[in-house]
Amino acid sequence: MYRIVEKNRLTPEAVFLRVEAPRIARRRKAGQFVVLRVDEQGERIPLTIVGSDPEAGTVTLVVQEVGTSTRKLGRLKAGEAILDLTGPLGHPTEVKKWGRVACLAGGIGTAEVLPVVEAVRAAGNTTLAIVGARSRELLILEEEMRAAADGLYITTDDGSYGRHGVVTDVLLALINDGAVPDRVYAIGPVPMMKAVADLTRPYNIPTVVSLNALMVDGTGMCGCCRVTVGGETKFTCVEGPDFDGHQVDFAELVQRQKIYLGQEKSSLEKFEESCGGCRIR
Amino acid sequence: MKTPRQKMAEQDPQVRISNFNEVPSGFTPEQAQKEAARCLQCKNAPCRSGCPVEIDIPAFILAIKEGDFAAAREKLLETNSLPAVCGRVCPQEDQCEKVCVLAKKGEPVAIGTLERFAADWEGEEPPSPPAAGPEKAKVAVIGAGPAGLTAAADLARMGYRVTIFEALHQPGGVLVYGIPEFRLPKSIVFAEVEKVKKMGVKLELNQVVGATLSLEELFESGFQAVFVGTGAGLPRFMGIPGENLNGAYSANEYLTRVNLMKAYRFPEYDTPVIRGKKVGVIGGGNVAMDSARTALRLGAEEVSIVYRRSRAEAPARIEEVHHAEQEGVVFRFLTLPLRYLDDGKGWMEGMECQKMELGEPDDSGRRRPVPIEGSEFTIDCDLAVVAIGNDPNPLLPRALPELKLGWKGTIETDPETGATSIPGVFAGGDIATGAATVIEAMGAGKKAARGIDRYLSRYTISPRG
Ligand SMILES: Cc1cc2nc3c(=O)[nH]c(=O)nc-3n(C[C@H](O)[C@H](O)[C@H](O)COP(=O)(O)OP(=O)(O)OC[C@H]3O[C@@H](n4cnc5c(N)ncnc54)[C@H](O)[C@@H]3O)c2cc1C
Ligand SMILES: Cc1cc2nc3c(=O)[nH]c(=O)nc-3n(C[C@H](O)[C@H](O)[C@H](O)COP(=O)(O)OP(=O)(O)OC[C@H]3O[C@@H](n4cnc5c(N)ncnc54)[C@H](O)[C@@H]3O)c2cc1C
Ligand code: SF4
Ligand code: SF4
Ligand code: FES
Repeated sequence: MYRIVEKNRLTPEAVFLRVEAPRIARRRKAGQFVVLRVDEQGERIPLTIVGSDPEAGTVTLVVQEVGTSTRKLGRLKAGEAILDLTGPLGHPTEVKKWGRVACLAGGIGTAEVLPVVEAVRAAGNTTLAIVGARSRELLILEEEMRAAADGLYITTDDGSYGRHGVVTDVLLALINDGAVPDRVYAIGPVPMMKAVADLTRPYNIPTVVSLNALMVDGTGMCGCCRVTVGGETKFTCVEGPDFDGHQVDFAELVQRQKIYLGQEKSSLEKFEESCGGCRIR
Repeated sequence: MKTPRQKMAEQDPQVRISNFNEVPSGFTPEQAQKEAARCLQCKNAPCRSGCPVEIDIPAFILAIKEGDFAAAREKLLETNSLPAVCGRVCPQEDQCEKVCVLAKKGEPVAIGTLERFAADWEGEEPPSPPAAGPEKAKVAVIGAGPAGLTAAADLARMGYRVTIFEALHQPGGVLVYGIPEFRLPKSIVFAEVEKVKKMGVKLELNQVVGATLSLEELFESGFQAVFVGTGAGLPRFMGIPGENLNGAYSANEYLTRVNLMKAYRFPEYDTPVIRGKKVGVIGGGNVAMDSARTALRLGAEEVSIVYRRSRAEAPARIEEVHHAEQEGVVFRFLTLPLRYLDDGKGWMEGMECQKMELGEPDDSGRRRPVPIEGSEFTIDCDLAVVAIGNDPNPLLPRALPELKLGWKGTIETDPETGATSIPGVFAGGDIATGAATVIEAMGAGKKAARGIDRYLSRYTISPRG
């Protein structure tokens, strides 16, 4: 059992959890994730390790409640526990001194990119964070991001905060202003990562994306997480999750994320029924 | 008149394809005693040489014959920590029963089924072995599959303080994530694991060694030897077009979803699985049979096994092929998939195959399948399960560059002691041999336990004077 020592609601759709997992807290690096199972009936789901406190033996997770497993997780209170949690899985994000690095994130990706921003800046890069949200109320971790990056750009789809538009608008503006990044890192919904990769391709800017393939075990045993990169099949959980964005077959990734849409919906309906619309909004 | 070899009762094929309950129900006590009476109690007991976990076969069979089932169980547990598992999934026909003197006449004693009977016998708890002495060394076992569990139990029996580190959230390895419920109920596996824990073995789940903790950390925290039993968990694909379509699974993923995650009970359990109507399973081994029979139980209307060689070369146990046939699985031998077909929306709609014929023997001694020109045809299917084998799990070896590896990433070991190229690190089971069998993995665990004991004795017994 992995005890939740702190829980905060960030937005109506996202929660922040600090969970006891001393071994993972000690070893994790930016870009790695855990796989957890909330309860006995639960599925195994991957979540990025957003931060850790090796002293206290805790890791932090930020969860967007999109389906049964993430809503179950969102319902747990501080003091309660997650049944199974394992990690740190996946390769750490490659971090070197490149110069100017732009880290783009969309939605819950803002939480996932935070450890990368911290690590990239710690390696001596000028680190720009460009984060997008649908609207102001869904923007998360603004203060943490401002502290972690050399520069922070915010966009909202509806213009309720920051720049009206999407993160690629900011990246394009930077490029047009001659502030071309030496490297770009993107994490978020697949269409957003694809848009970033498409934008940087003609400029030959090395672009790394962190892929959110469906997973089961997270240790390379099942192949559920396979993606095509540069024409080759890769297992995201052990060979990624970071890959060269210019080589990724995003269409296939989008397709594979839809495999269980029907079943996910019926599972969620059953769950909502069982708790009588217990979702805290 | 001579008694014929006894057979277990089985669920009717038409009934069992709509449930996940175990297919055979085991001997009745009368049957067991009748079968036990067939054993000749041979002095030299050739059967024993066929058992990698060194069961005293005539002794446990004699106890059954005499009606002392608890004693029979005890006898099994002296050398085999997972008898209820072995009695169900051990390929007895290639092991003990193959060398039973009665095998020459075609009807060996049903040693495996007798083992199952005695192991399942519910008498009072067998006495727990003495607790590990604090003076004995600590040993870490990586992986809670049959190899790891056997090594751990044997080491505990010798008095060592053993901790098993397992990556998944449940112990058992393939016994739990791969072999289906209807062949090996998970409650049986967990009950045997509980017995191993009662011997003082600690079990830490969710620990991926090489990720959650390193081997160096294990040694630093006081473990003096390590046994690696991490299995062959890397699924092979054929690398043909369409293999990543929605509706293509590795057998590992399919079986893991259904067995470990209990997707057959979705939505009570949260993990979904594709329930194909027409299912094609690629391969000819036990894993393919398990996948095909699982698909039937998940409601498939038509399940075919697509195998590029002929029936004679199929590595699956005869019993499993027979069970699959009884249940209505269609076998398409000498058939090779060339590519999977997209329905235009990213989902599987069929596989294009080619007919094969048998040519000259290949390296494995089996006749090589050769494609027949112009024989391409299509099999309709909305789900394809690729069961063409697994390679050793690379996660731990990758984290240990000094470890000497062999063919396909297996860990090189001394087959008698399990010793690897790193002092104090031992290995066995599928990680050392490539995908093999439960009993061979257990045999390797047993040998390695002895190897570790010898290694540690050298360091802990200090010369006198
Ligand atoms: C390496 C990795 C790191 C991740 N990190 C985080 C994180 O830090 N925070 C977070 O909230 N989520 C993260 N995710 C996504 C998270 O795993 C999924 O949202 C979760 O598994 C959904 O489970 P569910 O049962 O709640 O929803 P489901 O019922 O399974 O799905 C609900 C909806 O979400 C979509 N979905 C399901 N799985 C994924 C996925 N893997 N990626 C994108 N969409 C998905 C489905 O298509 C569906 O539309 C990560 C995924 C990966 C692979
Ligand atoms: C579907 C299927 C059906 C089969 N049917 C039969 C049968 O009927 N009869 C038979 O004899 N054989 C059968 N086999 C083969 C048999 O199951 C294997 O040979 C046997 O399980 C190998 O045992 P093992 O202990 O070496 O490895 P495994 O059973 O694979 O166990 C390895 C364990 O190590 C864990 N692990 C891996 N890496 C790490 C790590 N880094 N840290 C911690 N833990 C780790 C894994 O999670 C796993 O639990 C079957 C196999 C499959 C896949
Ligand atoms: S464990 Fe296997 S080989 Fe040994 S006696 Fe039992 S069935 Fe035979
Ligand atoms: S060889 Fe066969 S008959 Fe002889 S002791 Fe063994 S099981 Fe009995
Ligand atoms: S999630 Fe199973 S191999 Fe990656």
